[in-house]
Amino acid sequence: MSARGLVSAPARVKRGEVFEVKTLVAHPMETGFRPGFDGRLIPRDIVTRMAVSLDGAELFAMEMSPAIAANPYVAFPMTLEKGGVLTVEWRGDNGFVAEARIAIAVA
Amino acid sequence: MRLPLVLLLVAWAAAAAAQDARRSGYADMGPALRAMQDDDAANPASLWVLEGSALWGARDGAAQRACADCHGAPETLQGVAGRYPAFDAKRASAVDLAGRIEECRTERQQAPPFGRETRPLLALEALVVRQSRGVPLAADPALAAVASVGETLWRQRIGQLDLSCAQCHDDRAGLRLGGTPIPQAHATAYPVYRLEWQGLGSLQRRLRNCMTGVRAAPYAYGSQEYLALEVYLARRSAGMPHEGPGVRP
Amino acid sequence: MTARRQFLAGALALACVPSAARATPETVAEAVRQLVAGRQVRDGALTIDVPPLVENGNAVPLTVAAPAGLSVVALHVFTEKNPQPHVLHARFAAPTPAARVATRVKLADSQTVLALAELPDGTFLRARADVIVTLAACIEDPT
Ligand code: HEC
Ligand code: HEC
Repeated sequence: MSARGLVSAPARVKRGEVFEVKTLVAHPMETGFRPGFDGRLIPRDIVTRMAVSLDGAELFAMEMSPAIAANPYVAFPMTLEKGGVLTVEWRGDNGFVAEARIAIAVA
Repeated sequence: MRLPLVLLLVAWAAAAAAQDARRSGYADMGPALRAMQDDDAANPASLWVLEGSALWGARDGAAQRACADCHGAPETLQGVAGRYPAFDAKRASAVDLAGRIEECRTERQQAPPFGRETRPLLALEALVVRQSRGVPLAADPALAAVASVGETLWRQRIGQLDLSCAQCHDDRAGLRLGGTPIPQAHATAYPVYRLEWQGLGSLQRRLRNCMTGVRAAPYAYGSQEYLALEVYLARRSAGMPHEGPGVRP
Repeated sequence: MTARRQFLAGALALACVPSAARATPETVAEAVRQLVAGRQVRDGALTIDVPPLVENGNAVPLTVAAPAGLSVVALHVFTEKNPQPHVLHARFAAPTPAARVATRVKLADSQTVLALAELPDGTFLRARADVIVTLAACIEDPT
């Protein structure tokens, strides 16, 4: 729905060729260890997991901790045997969900 | 003795070049932060550009018009950000890019203003600014009087530390302040994703940080003082390429 | 100069992590023990890439990479002086040659970063890197 997540990858790749997937998601990553101006700790509010799948099959996932910087950036290499829609899904505290998609053709 | 003369001339030319060698804050950053700025897929400001694109296409206000309805694709505003702050004929005063977007928002969309430093305004500003990457900054000649007001503010000592902008950014640029290099303060990359803010912020927010840093009472967002400083900075940086939305530590 | 230095230090110290809430080498060791669960761990040629000079602890670029010739199913990262030891656990669905993960992390202080690569046979490779942070990950007055 909302424009919160970004995924970048080449639009077409060769079968088995290693390419880079780069992702960004808008999120404050509030650690839960930080006092607010009233001196009390601001409750934790983080993205806990991002997962990347191709047409429903999960290919990569990362569990995140409060140590991941605000507006999390994650990049990793990938190879594909067939093309499809690469979907990135982020989930986190307080029911946070975001999604981004990119179509990749395999030659 | 020709050689020494040549050497002398080379040294003199180098000194002259060094004297007006303007240096973006980009050049003071390490390779990791420069890479973060250069790669749209890694630059966190891209998240604001993405949000700006969504707003660009959204009908709003009493007029129920989207930015896109009048302007077409954001690319039609290519190069525009490099010309701001500009002379606003209707108001016979200076307007910066954020102010210009707010004008379209209130007058043409007939919607309530977003307000300075709000997320949607920064998002639209980031979207417009990205269409001007590499475009040289141009100072509007109609704003010469405002620029000289800005220059006066630039040279005025402020705050408990009793320092002027010029004393840090003209006289001490390149030195370090508590581990941080003092940049020449070229406003080439705004709005910027500042790691310290963990978010996108405007040039006025950056100036506000410098003012509170010397323990001066900051001007109000959108004030004539900030506008005058922005106009002066644009003049000081004229000809340098726009690199916004950038990244700064 | 000292007065000016103080204003920066003062501003930066405003909302720092209280030093009590910190991981320690012991809590890291415990977190690693739980992950490894008795399987074999060897020191190995993992690359941990962090800029030599960290300009702001709020977002430190970090890349962990396995050697090109090796297939890996997961990469794990821990730190010693953040409030808790876990940083990330990245998992590849299939054994991946030249596996790598790049992200940005908050580092509250100069410290040791520990990375483990999980191999398809269930054993681990381990590497460490020291990171120097000049400005800690804190928040200025957000106004
Ligand atoms: C005490 C020295 C000092 C004073 C006085 C000062 N600044 Fe700064 N300024 C800095 C430092 C240090 C930075 C860089 C901070 C950082 O990167 O964390 C900076 C950054 C900037 C930048 C951002 C440059 C970039 O590359 O993005 C601008 C613009 C700026 N200052 C303008 C001003 C103006 C206008 C004033 C006067 C109102 C002023 N400064 C007063 C020290 C100062
Ligand atoms: C009803 C039509 C309309 C709508 C809606 C509208 N604009 Fe405009 N915009 C204009 C016109 C007309 C101008 C003035 C062109 C000129 O002055 O040369 C303008 C000027 C601008 C400029 C300055 C261009 C320049 O060359 O200096 C910017 C930036 C801008 N608009 C952004 C936006 C944004 C962002 C939105 C959506 C929030 C928006 N506009 C909505 C009609 C519109």
